[in-house]
Amino acid sequence: MPNTMIYFSPINIASTSILLFILLAALSPLFSRNQRSFITISFSLTAFTSLLGVAAGIWTVTSGSTQQVILPLGLPDLPFHLRLDPLSGFFLTVIGLLGFLVSIYSIGYIKGFLGKRPVTSLGMFYSLFLAGMFMVVLADDALFFLISWEIMAAASYFLVMFEDERRENRRAALLYIVLAHVGAIAILLSFGIMAGLATEFKSFSGYTFDAMRGTDFPPQWATAAFLLAFFGFAAKAGVVPLHVWLPEAHPVAPSNVSALMSGVMLKTAIYGIIRVTFDLIGDFPWWWGALVLVFGLVSALVGILSAVLQQDLKKLLAYSSVKNIGIILVGIGLAMIFYSFDMTLLAALALIAALYHTLNHAMYKGLLFMGAGAVLHATGERNMEKMGGLIHSMPWTAALFLIGCISISALPPFNGFVSEWLTFQAFLLSPALASPLLNLLIPLGAALLALTGALAATAFVKAFGVIFLGHWRGHQARPGHEANWAMRLSMLLTAISCLGLGVLPTIIIDWIDVVPEQLVGSTIASSAGAFGWMWLTPIAHERASYSGPIVFLGILAVVVITYLLLHSRRAAIHRVPLWDCGFEKITNRMQYNAASFSMPIRRIFGFLFSIKERVRQVTMLGHSAFPKRLQYQLRVRDLFWGWIYTPVVDVSFWISRKVGMLQQGRIQIYLIYSFVTILVLLVFLR
Amino acid sequence: MNWDPIIIELLQILVLLVVAPAFTGWVKMLKCWSQGRTSPGLFQPYRDIIKLFSKDVVLAGNASWIFRVTPYLVFGVPVLAGGIIPTLSVDLPLSATADIIALVALFAIARFFTALAGMDIGTAFGGMGSSREMTIASLAEPAMLMAIFTVSLASKSTSLSQMVQVIFHGQSVLRPSIAFALLAFVLIALAETGRIPVDNPATHLELTMIHEAMILEYSGRHLALIEWAGMMKLFLYAMLGIASFFPKGISVTGDLAAIPAAFLFMTGKLVVIGIGLVLIETGLAKMRIFRVTEFLGSAFLFAALGMLSFYILE
Repeated sequence: MPNTMIYFSPINIASTSILLFILLAALSPLFSRNQRSFITISFSLTAFTSLLGVAAGIWTVTSGSTQQVILPLGLPDLPFHLRLDPLSGFFLTVIGLLGFLVSIYSIGYIKGFLGKRPVTSLGMFYSLFLAGMFMVVLADDALFFLISWEIMAAASYFLVMFEDERRENRRAALLYIVLAHVGAIAILLSFGIMAGLATEFKSFSGYTFDAMRGTDFPPQWATAAFLLAFFGFAAKAGVVPLHVWLPEAHPVAPSNVSALMSGVMLKTAIYGIIRVTFDLIGDFPWWWGALVLVFGLVSALVGILSAVLQQDLKKLLAYSSVKNIGIILVGIGLAMIFYSFDMTLLAALALIAALYHTLNHAMYKGLLFMGAGAVLHATGERNMEKMGGLIHSMPWTAALFLIGCISISALPPFNGFVSEWLTFQAFLLSPALASPLLNLLIPLGAALLALTGALAATAFVKAFGVIFLGHWRGHQARPGHEANWAMRLSMLLTAISCLGLGVLPTIIIDWIDVVPEQLVGSTIASSAGAFGWMWLTPIAHERASYSGPIVFLGILAVVVITYLLLHSRRAAIHRVPLWDCGFEKITNRMQYNAASFSMPIRRIFGFLFSIKERVRQVTMLGHSAFPKRLQYQLRVRDLFWGWIYTPVVDVSFWISRKVGMLQQGRIQIYLIYSFVTILVLLVFLR
Repeated sequence: MNWDPIIIELLQILVLLVVAPAFTGWVKMLKCWSQGRTSPGLFQPYRDIIKLFSKDVVLAGNASWIFRVTPYLVFGVPVLAGGIIPTLSVDLPLSATADIIALVALFAIARFFTALAGMDIGTAFGGMGSSREMTIASLAEPAMLMAIFTVSLASKSTSLSQMVQVIFHGQSVLRPSIAFALLAFVLIALAETGRIPVDNPATHLELTMIHEAMILEYSGRHLALIEWAGMMKLFLYAMLGIASFFPKGISVTGDLAAIPAAFLFMTGKLVVIGIGLVLIETGLAKMRIFRVTEFLGSAFLFAALGMLSFYILE
């Protein structure tokens, strides 16, 4: 019996799944002769392997256990360490769950590439990508963490590059890999500081997370390590102003990859922030939390405003990921503030809000990207201005996409609402803090969060309305066919989980509760579920309560009863053509479109962007009174490009040019360099 | 088992369904009088609803199921909310279903679907209405949350029943923070319920329509449901204000005997609110849509001032 226990443990299952992913990636080229069966086999296997990860994660979180393994791999004397504790288990579950759903989706989606291009590399890097994410959350030393981090980044780089004949894809992938590495360097330095301090710069053995956990860092070093780590992870998570790669890279990747990148890859950075602050450093001043909170709020606001202004569906979704990462950071920031004031119960609430939002965002963003993929698959179009009326030809996709939109707009009874509501509750508890400054400033953050919530609804009314409702805006007849069964099945499962996570929050919170217990030493489940599974009462029922099941069933009941009452008597429904106010030349191009829908927002919040609008008249008969057609051009850009990136790029080019002057290409000059070098060395190192 | 709370719950929903049109009728009546017109009477809204229910539905050819489901959802949300907001009593079986933040989000469902329905037919009017409605909602939301934040500072709760009880048992003086929050709430409620100066429920002018533009294509029973839901929304915002700021009169015991008195109190307050609303509506002109930013910005400012004064003065 003990023997089976050793082999059949969460960490072994998780390691097995990683091994399987890597094997699958390595063997992909061998069985890719028949591309059609390759797709089915390889993505079925990734789906199965992801489920192994989910099983290991759920098991760990449920049992609250922590397991460690030292691998016989790695550098001499520096073996790799793996550890599966509730925090890793939670993230493993999230990654595995979306990995499973997206893999099913891919079985249908990737078939769209058949006959256009070989998909072997896609299947291969897809497996490697999932392996990398699993490894990141399991890593228990700096070395293995960074290797996993790089595998994840490299695999996703190749996935973004999949359709590499397009210039925008190559550009996006380059931007992505550059920012990923700038971030990775910062993370490396942060781990370097911590590992060095753990052994007082005497040996390399401080590279394990255990050694860092056991060390009390001096405040200034801890701050340096935190700032570096936060910068590094922020670059990966797409925190404003390091988010510029995200709206470039996510849209150009194949949609199943976008779903994984937005849904779970960004979350590995969230995992990193939580791991470094709460677990490895463990003791920090309140302003760290305030910093995270402020960056979270800025990301949420800039992200969602940019999303509202987009015309490209996948860009809109990518920007909304920036917003959701912001909300998660807000939760983490609040948790850090509460924790630094030793209010562990409130810290647990804020942390649960952040984790819950992590899970929710993975689900609905996965769903939305999959829906976007189905639309792209059917119409070949990402530009919303050319779409419309797809609800008639793609009823399934439309209904499921709508569920994603409702969830992401934080409307009850779906899941996005629960986690945003919990974040608001955490905000509302901030008056308990003993600092008057925070008492006054934190509520402003809550108001900003409310603004982003309402703007999210605007963005997704626009997305759904322009794509699925109204008439087709293109010049040809409306194309579009319903997504195939695999795509529909996975979207359906994701939508059901969105509803389930929204209606049954107490069960989920009860399950996650072990994570804050591990990190901040407090739980909220006893109060959150005090009144049974139907009522969510985060701190106490007098403070606030919410019941997902009743909201869901209540609305459903009223709708059904009203419907039945009104249909007891048959009133005729007359279908008539659209009333055009007697103006007979009404065309489909006269509908409100994406640009016009966001016009009021563009006007109100335009000062946060650089907006160029131009109207050009093409005239007939050479007279301006007889315009033939009008051309309207709109370009919206981030101010951050001009503020941060252009100067950085200019400076690096300037430095390169100056350094480049060393290269004269003449042998005499290079000999002089060698001579001078030797002289200098002789003088100083005698 | 004590059946009283359940009976009160059902009574409350009944009161909502029945009294809401009368409240709208009362506002219209006052408005007619204040403008020197003859009013159609208190019961005109009932007649309108009955008339619409008996008519056939005319649907645009390309209307999807979204367009047909929306009226029922829009109707369902306020009915559920009516079971949660304490109008007669705080001792309701459903009162813990949603706190005030969740209530605001409940109303957002109705708005979300109305905006979608506005875009479903593909006319320029519908899209215009949806775009404006969502913009105004985006601006109202932060102000609303700030007001909620301020009110909840005193009662340490966002649960409406709890807020009513705290104010009921506490001192009755209107505190500065609450006064600011009330001012903010009034401005927000005007915007959210689509009243002058933000929107004009009586107009069908393309330049000024917001809510009406979205529902322009509706007819028959669909329109009846939407109109009725709009009346209930107005009623419920009045109730939300009453519960948060002037809860005296709402029964804090779950006793059926206290309900008639609570009903009388409620009617009295509604009469007063109606007068206040008409004074605002006749005193002000509808503003340009981009002035709404300033309008709701000042609501936000009032709420923030309220919070500030809570920390400084109280």
